[in-house]
Amino acid sequence: MIEQLPVLLVVVPIVGGAVPLVASLVSDRAGWPIATLTLAVHTALAGWLAWSVGTGGTIDYAVGDFAIPYGIELVVDGLSAAVVLLISVVALGLLAYARRAGPRSNAFYSQYLLLVTGLSGMAVTGDVFNLYVFLEITGLAAYGLVASGREASAAVAALKYLIIGTVGASLYLLGVGYLLAVTGTLNMADLAGKLAAIGYGSPLVLTAFALMVGGLTVKVALFPLHTWQPDAYANAPDTVSAFISALVSTVAAYALVRVLFSVFTVDFLTAVPVARWTLVGLACVSIVAGSALAVSQTNVQRMLAYSSVSQFGLVVAGFAIATPTAVVGATIHLLGHAVMKGGLFAATGVIERETGASTVGGYAGLGSRVPVGAASFAGLALAMVGVPPAIGFVGKWYIVVGAVRAEIWPVVVVLLASTLLTLAYFAKLVERLYFAEPTIYEGDDDAGAAPVADGGESPVSAGMLAVVVGAAVLAVALVAAVPTLEQTLLETLPPLLDQ
Amino acid sequence: MILDLLQTHYNYYAVVVLLGIGLYMLVDSDNLVKKVIGMNIFQTGIFLFFITLAFRAGGNPPVITEGGGPYVSPLPHVLILTAIVVGVSLTAVALALIIRIYSEYGTLDEETLKQLYYD
Repeated sequence: MIEQLPVLLVVVPIVGGAVPLVASLVSDRAGWPIATLTLAVHTALAGWLAWSVGTGGTIDYAVGDFAIPYGIELVVDGLSAAVVLLISVVALGLLAYARRAGPRSNAFYSQYLLLVTGLSGMAVTGDVFNLYVFLEITGLAAYGLVASGREASAAVAALKYLIIGTVGASLYLLGVGYLLAVTGTLNMADLAGKLAAIGYGSPLVLTAFALMVGGLTVKVALFPLHTWQPDAYANAPDTVSAFISALVSTVAAYALVRVLFSVFTVDFLTAVPVARWTLVGLACVSIVAGSALAVSQTNVQRMLAYSSVSQFGLVVAGFAIATPTAVVGATIHLLGHAVMKGGLFAATGVIERETGASTVGGYAGLGSRVPVGAASFAGLALAMVGVPPAIGFVGKWYIVVGAVRAEIWPVVVVLLASTLLTLAYFAKLVERLYFAEPTIYEGDDDAGAAPVADGGESPVSAGMLAVVVGAAVLAVALVAAVPTLEQTLLETLPPLLDQ
Repeated sequence: MILDLLQTHYNYYAVVVLLGIGLYMLVDSDNLVKKVIGMNIFQTGIFLFFITLAFRAGGNPPVITEGGGPYVSPLPHVLILTAIVVGVSLTAVALALIIRIYSEYGTLDEETLKQLYYD
């Protein structure tokens, strides 16, 4: 059983995802229980896998028993196990939110599970072409989910996302073609060896690197390539914005790391400094530009979307520095950001449903009207800024220490400045929530400012509040897992130990 | 020399031309359907690039018969079969979205749509 775990992580949600569509023949409400059952199994498997990797080291799986360099290989090391566990937990948790908030059709739950399939597949695969296929499965499901909003603007945002996302994925595919032309193999471990033998200076290898990394940065939404992201996040239904903001870019960043460390390896970054510095430069521009754009937004969800652009800059900078400390820090920040950003989007959904407020100005004085939602929002916002003891602080601390040890001073300056900028836009919101006079909603506490959901039930369920509070608690509790994660990473990411 | 390159590498030039046309349509065309067609042409360029990689002078189709070699590489063909399926699904989703946009806004022109969208 244990050796089948990696492939089960992909098979379980894709089979479960087909069931709601079939079940619509019988019942319109079958989607939610089926999705919950499937994701509970998925989470159990992911937990077991993470535990096995933590105790027994990397797990390999040859799909269909084809000999490894020719067949598709699934590889789970400490990093992929942590990402898979994150995917399962976030997806399962958000189902509690989706029950009241989300689009309730069976088709929605099918797409939801399809998205989990794509993300899990990207996390466990050890084959560059297989990664492309799962990247596109993730993309297709995400485009559909964004478009599932009630307003037509969601369709416009989804089409923009689709066109830009497809160009990104196609560039990645072109890069894979270059690698295939140079080495004749698609397996990541095999590629790493063959690329070293061919020499990192070969124009074909450099072009492949540029195309693959360029394509993936579109999916991660680094600065000049982020334009799809704010529209997609702001127009999607609340459940979907929380889900894709927590996971889609995160797993794309994971794929970028896999390409950097498992295919091209740290040696490539050392041998071709221009590649490393371009990546670090792009990340720094992303950090500053994302924060600056976030400060200037009036819509809270768009502000959070631009904040993601800046935070992913931070993560990519950590990985591009590529010392063990910086890589551990970037991983912690990657995982922590997923929990915090997903929680923030969920909290904006709760606040908007209770009060109708969606702009920075509209948040004035809401602290007492939506106590739980506002408190969680404030907590998560402070965690994102990097106030100890939250996970946001730990991740940034490791990245900064890594940059200082590597003596890359411009990055240190940008990292510290970014924390101030993050504080600038989040402190503004927290201040509005608790210390500003209520403006528009004064004296109308229960007189119908809140939109009433269908059938007269409360627009916010206990499950939705539990998700928001859970994210806030997790943002602090995750710190306890840092030593284990650090140890597993250092053991299972061997290229890092060579330094 | 240049004539030589032109004669031996014309398939790669076809790939570059297709990629260029596709990207140009994606960026420059205001019509959403034409953008999707541009996306398809761009992907087709990539497909042809893979197929052209598999070619081997004097190679036979990769069906093993007695004394049949040398064969062309079957791997890129298989990969592109998958990529074509992905491309078709993407086109289907894109066209479905375009139908939704047209029924709501009554236009396929990007400039008009931008004005409606941001009002």
